Amino acid sequence: MKSRDLAYIALFAAIIAVLGLLPAVYPLGSTVPITAQTLGVMLAGSVLGARRGALAVLTFLVVVAVGVPALSGGRGGLAVFAGPSAGYLYSWPIAAFVIGVLTQLTWRRFNLAWAMVANLVGGVAVIYAIGIPFVTVYTDASLTAAASSAVSFIPGDIVKAVVASVVAVAVAKAYPVIELPRRRPAAG
Amino acid sequence: MTVSLYVPLASPVHRAPAGLKLGLLAALAVALFVVDRPEVVGAALVVVVAVGLLVARLPARSLWAQVRPVWPWLVLLLLFHGVFTDWRTGAVTTLRLLALVVAAAVVTSSTRVTELVAVVEWLARPLAVFGVRPARVGLVIAMTLRFIPLIAERAHRIREAQAARGAARMRWGILVPLLIQVLRLATTLGEALDARGADAPVTPPRRRAGASTS
Amino acid sequence: MRWGRRAASDTPAAADVQRTAIELTGVSHEYGERPVLRDLTLTLAESRVGVVGANGSGKSTFARLLNGLVVPTAGTVRIDGLDTRSQLREVRRRVGFVFQDPDAQIVLPTVAEDAEFGLTNLGIPAEERARQVEEVLVRYGLAGHRDHPAHLLSGGQKQLLAIAGVLVMQPRRVVFDEPTTLLDLANVRRVARVIDELEQDVVVVTHHLDLLAGFDRVLVFEDGRVVADGAPAETVRWYTERMS
Repeated sequence: MKSRDLAYIALFAAIIAVLGLLPAVYPLGSTVPITAQTLGVMLAGSVLGARRGALAVLTFLVVVAVGVPALSGGRGGLAVFAGPSAGYLYSWPIAAFVIGVLTQLTWRRFNLAWAMVANLVGGVAVIYAIGIPFVTVYTDASLTAAASSAVSFIPGDIVKAVVASVVAVAVAKAYPVIELPRRRPAAG
Repeated sequence: MTVSLYVPLASPVHRAPAGLKLGLLAALAVALFVVDRPEVVGAALVVVVAVGLLVARLPARSLWAQVRPVWPWLVLLLLFHGVFTDWRTGAVTTLRLLALVVAAAVVTSSTRVTELVAVVEWLARPLAVFGVRPARVGLVIAMTLRFIPLIAERAHRIREAQAARGAARMRWGILVPLLIQVLRLATTLGEALDARGADAPVTPPRRRAGASTS
Repeated sequence: MRWGRRAASDTPAAADVQRTAIELTGVSHEYGERPVLRDLTLTLAESRVGVVGANGSGKSTFARLLNGLVVPTAGTVRIDGLDTRSQLREVRRRVGFVFQDPDAQIVLPTVAEDAEFGLTNLGIPAEERARQVEEVLVRYGLAGHRDHPAHLLSGGQKQLLAIAGVLVMQPRRVVFDEPTTLLDLANVRRVARVIDELEQDVVVVTHHLDLLAGFDRVLVFEDGRVVADGAPAETVRWYTERMS
């Protein structure tokens, strides 16, 4: 891993923290807040790719764990990793990794549609697929009860996947960071 | 944003090595999930709170600040089990989580960030098998702490610049310029790390040839 | 050649190094398809070398050649006889590099931690590091800010910290890439004085022509080539006329 990769990882971890500072929005009179933090998770995967993206998110979580109140709402410390919703936090590095893998697979023809696929699969499906069973196991609650408590957040997460995709495509055009092994130019 | 949840005090808990505290926390977590008698779990909670308030002498306010985010979950959990399972299970599950959250808050409030980072580095040592350099783990964490305020400031400046051009309601509009600025910064930062010797640190530590004696 | 007091005692091997100059032989460099340096052959033996030129003229890439941040696509760069391609580590230790934006160069949260960073990478023992950090912070008027977060420093103080973080590693040479571009006038003067007082040999890439007044030699870059080279008075005058 080159020094520049370390720089990307640290700076994206910092971006995720800063996105947690943005006040939550309540779209269309909804009572469920949308925080920008998972937007950062999506962007880490879709801008940096699988490996660096996942490491950036992991670094962010470690920074929270060592006591920096960088989670949205000024939360932090080890306590947040002991709560029933901690499964969502644990899912974030995996989400970024999956988004990164999907982004890299479609990188040569990367566009809004592919970015949406990556962010909806990695940034929404993966997060709930880990977060909901975690609540169940952790609290002995039923899967349906845990799932129904999560449903109200899904519209907000889809909005974030759209925003992340638009931003990722714009950044990929202006300043592409993902490097694929070079293909030989067409034979001539 | 540079603030941490650490509360500087001189207590035996503060002086205890960070690794020991984290080890005890992990042991407590395992133990609590094995036990399912409410009086034992309740006693554990009392002990943890007593250690936090009386031994570590942490203000109740700073512990509560870390427990509060979990609070609604705990209430829901108790009600859920009370209604659908039984109150005994509800009590055990809730007390268990509360004890764990308070214990984690005590460790966080009584241990400096730098000490915890050192433990993280130490924990990363076995990862050397996979080519992870523990010192780099610490470096990346420290760099993140350094750049959080810087990026917050740049985000603020971009927003001001956009507001000045009448784009006041562009909420997500700062993201693209911010990310591009940050990616540019990363390029130079990577060079700076190389120029300052981060790519080829001298390990194991030894004296530089002919370094002035002391 | 002035190595400076501390630098000279630093490595006994100094006497073994025969050539004490920056030597470029047939150096060309391209980013992708775009040429940025074209066939440079130069020997710089002076203690104070200035580099000027328009943006995109190749001067920044030239600066990055000197400590191996950029290894040229063709040709060789030797620093005091050391090849930047094959002896990168030695070159990096010999040549310190100060960037335009101190915010990109300060990597650790507090002033003292950042000043210590390079020494840690050199494997210097802790007590020796502490002594050298203290010394360099006092020298640059940052001792009172030892435990302050770096982001609370003023722009000028940040650049001084960036310089301190490089000088604490006791390089023989220091390359500055537009060190004053982001500073106000008072801090431009302050940094100019710091550069002037350095014992090390320096190469300064700059748009601030006043910085070069006492220099031994100034190069003018244009389109990847050196188009003027000489004493500062004439070269700077030539450059100013050409730009007007």
